[in-house]
Amino acid sequence: MSDAPAVLELKGITKRFPGVLANDAVDFDLRRGEVHALLGENGAGKSTLMNILYGLYHPDEGQILMNGQVVRMSSPGDAIARGIGMVHQHFMLIPVMTVAENIVLAVEPTRSGILLDYAAARQRVVELARAFGFAIDPEARIEDITVGQQQRVEILKALYRRADILILDEPTAVLTPQEAIELFGILRNLTREGMSIIFISHKLNEVLEIADRVTVLRRGKVVETLPAEGATEEELARLMVGREVLLQVDKGAAAPAETLLRVHNLHVRDDRGLEQVRGVSFEVRAGEIVGIAGIDGNGQTELVDAIVGLRTVETGQIELRGHDVTNESARAHYDEGVGHIPEDRQRRGLVLEFSIAENIAIHDYGKAPASRFGWLYPKRLVERARSLIREFDIRGGSPQTRASSLSGGNQQKVILAREIARDPSVLIAAQPTRGLDVGAIEFVHKRLVEERDEGRAVLLVSLELDEILSLSDRILVIFEGRIAGEYPPGTSEQELGLAMTGAAHGEQAA
Amino acid sequence: MQKAGGLVAPLLTVVLAFLISGIVILLTTGNVLDTLKTYRAIFRGSGLSWFFDVGSHSIGVPFSSAHVWFPWNTDDVASLAASNLEQTLILWVPLVLTGLAVAFAFRCGLFNIGGQGQYLAGSIAAVLIATELPRVLDLPGILLIVVTVVGAMLAGALLAGIAGFLKGTVGAHEVITTIMLNWIVIWVGSYFFGLGGPFQTKAFASVPSSEDVPDKAKLHVFWGDPALQGLHIGIFIAIPALVLYWLILNRTTLGYEVRAVGHNPDAARYGGISVGRNYFLAMAIAGTFAGLAGAIDVLGWEFRLDITLIQSSQIGFIGIAVALLGRNTAVGVGLAALLFAALDTGTSTRNLDPTIFNPELATSLSVIIQGLIILFVGADLIVLLVLRRLRRRRPRTVAA
Repeated sequence: MSDAPAVLELKGITKRFPGVLANDAVDFDLRRGEVHALLGENGAGKSTLMNILYGLYHPDEGQILMNGQVVRMSSPGDAIARGIGMVHQHFMLIPVMTVAENIVLAVEPTRSGILLDYAAARQRVVELARAFGFAIDPEARIEDITVGQQQRVEILKALYRRADILILDEPTAVLTPQEAIELFGILRNLTREGMSIIFISHKLNEVLEIADRVTVLRRGKVVETLPAEGATEEELARLMVGREVLLQVDKGAAAPAETLLRVHNLHVRDDRGLEQVRGVSFEVRAGEIVGIAGIDGNGQTELVDAIVGLRTVETGQIELRGHDVTNESARAHYDEGVGHIPEDRQRRGLVLEFSIAENIAIHDYGKAPASRFGWLYPKRLVERARSLIREFDIRGGSPQTRASSLSGGNQQKVILAREIARDPSVLIAAQPTRGLDVGAIEFVHKRLVEERDEGRAVLLVSLELDEILSLSDRILVIFEGRIAGEYPPGTSEQELGLAMTGAAHGEQAA
Repeated sequence: MQKAGGLVAPLLTVVLAFLISGIVILLTTGNVLDTLKTYRAIFRGSGLSWFFDVGSHSIGVPFSSAHVWFPWNTDDVASLAASNLEQTLILWVPLVLTGLAVAFAFRCGLFNIGGQGQYLAGSIAAVLIATELPRVLDLPGILLIVVTVVGAMLAGALLAGIAGFLKGTVGAHEVITTIMLNWIVIWVGSYFFGLGGPFQTKAFASVPSSEDVPDKAKLHVFWGDPALQGLHIGIFIAIPALVLYWLILNRTTLGYEVRAVGHNPDAARYGGISVGRNYFLAMAIAGTFAGLAGAIDVLGWEFRLDITLIQSSQIGFIGIAVALLGRNTAVGVGLAALLFAALDTGTSTRNLDPTIFNPELATSLSVIIQGLIILFVGADLIVLLVLRRLRRRRPRTVAA
């Protein structure tokens, strides 16, 4: 592998945006048949570099060489013509069309130059899928297949256009663990056939698993290019962040005190009227973190919504600090001391068009000192935001900066700052680190443990078993809307995994 | 970025619209010189040329006999430019207000097509109050005006509030409901003042019109000849309305809620804001602006409603164009309303010089330019894209 020729070289690529040096003299090369991972935190310049390679941006300095020849990528069309295929994080597929139609789109086989030759298209897709060992139905409509299968369609689309260099932008972000394993199998098949793959990620374990070499970017610069073999997660994390990172959460034993949140025999329906929470009971006490583990779609979303008053409770009770708040407004829940880090920070946690200051005020804009008799004092919002920005180390903007221009990690810090600054007695964190990079995850985890030690009751709902295991003082597994069992923090992943699929001992009877 | 995109694009939109309508004029008049002359004639017809007569004029200080320097000749009330300008400014006020009616709803994420209905509801209420109330209660003029204006604002608010309430409770789409409400108002008005209708004028049995509002309810004309539709004091409402719009949105908790709901209803709900309540309030406030426009037109220069006026009025619809071009900002709405008012006056059959442009085609010209502007506002993204290409500026978000 190491002696394979470089099919692609980027030399001294520099790209400046107003106020930002996105890429600073970046060197990068890709050899035939390798998976080369591009690792870096959000904002490190990975996407900029790949967009330059794909012809979406033009570099200010530096050159691109393919097989030793200098080339100029002035548009994605150029890149495609030279055999570069890119699978974006958000798929570019047409939902109502079939797999085969999507794959041949824009380069359709035609009869007499006008009519789409659908049979030929289908045939070519089948051949291509067989050649690379893809299991996919060419007749299925995109909207009917899973996200993992949609990703395969994107890859096939690139292969159909005769790509021999494939860029995958955060490909596992949307996949279940099982689908990620299948993707890695496919990638290995592709490299065996001589394809070269650039794999963009900020997840350390998967980079070590799939890549042959790793290039780490930090603040637009290449920190190091190293072989994946022999590298460790700790080492990569240090290169990425520029300091030692605690991958393990450092926390002492819990000292649970009085019960602050009590959920009793809760039943909740989703938007379609299906019962998603079917008789859940538990309590969370001051000074402990209770983790709720489960596979996505087992009622976690509805459970959290009900607890914070955003969804109607069919039957059952919710008590906060001993007060029954069942089916009271969301505002009433907040006033009773709930802090809520929602699972979807962009859709729900933030008004992206609002400034940081305005976002921080979303629960208490109606109270003094933010406002009085309905009159708002924007300066006071700004002052408060300024102090929280300092306390929570929110980077990339002033209080007046729009939330949409912050990176994901800093957006999450804004939410965290807002919810914690309200001094809640119960803190509900739903997927608090989804899509964040190592440094930001470390920050969020540390902060959650600190809040526990402050004496808050913390309810953590997460799809990441690692996170549940490293933070929780007690673990509840949710399966099909019921609590399938309670486990201590030392439980093995296997045992929890089994419980999450409903195969645990006891408990399923209800 | 907001500023550049917010000012340059609308200007470019207007320039493009004028360039393309220039082609229409060129086809009609047959040569380039006449096209340019036509635009100059429109400009003169709008009365804006009055502002270019800057000199050492003077203006009287109220409640005294003193005079102070003023750039424009306010004593000039009889010239063509002055009387054209009066027309433009009379039209400017309702366009500002209906523009705000559309813009305010927009900021809450609602597309208020019902500005026309709300404007007419205000007009009808104003006529009814101003003509019927004096029969039972003899109020002094100023009080009658206040009651009439408040009544018209409530009528507009109520009508728009229905659409907001339906949106907030059962999710009925506001575009559909406001269009339906427009028609309800048009036909109710036609019934009221039509032949044999309950409020048809008693003076002329064959005229489908309302009674005239009494003289004491008419707004004072302070510039120009009252008999020739001089400029009435309603103009002093426009600027405060624009300021109020900005204050409500940016300096009140209500405005904060409205904007949060407009940008992201899910996040607003998460924050504890009642989305349905804000839909209702935003529409009601929008309707208040439009209803006020109706009252000002009735008391300022219409003085009566007839069914032709009710069925052919376009003020509320032009308000949509005003809000779109003005980007729902206070300053933008004020300027866009002035543009549309000037355009409408400048191309009216009465004002456009018939030796330069065929008067029968003149009003169509106004509609063509308006249509093009709306088209290019809709094609905003294209305009922005062209701008971005020209400047090679960076994309909106820098992913990395």
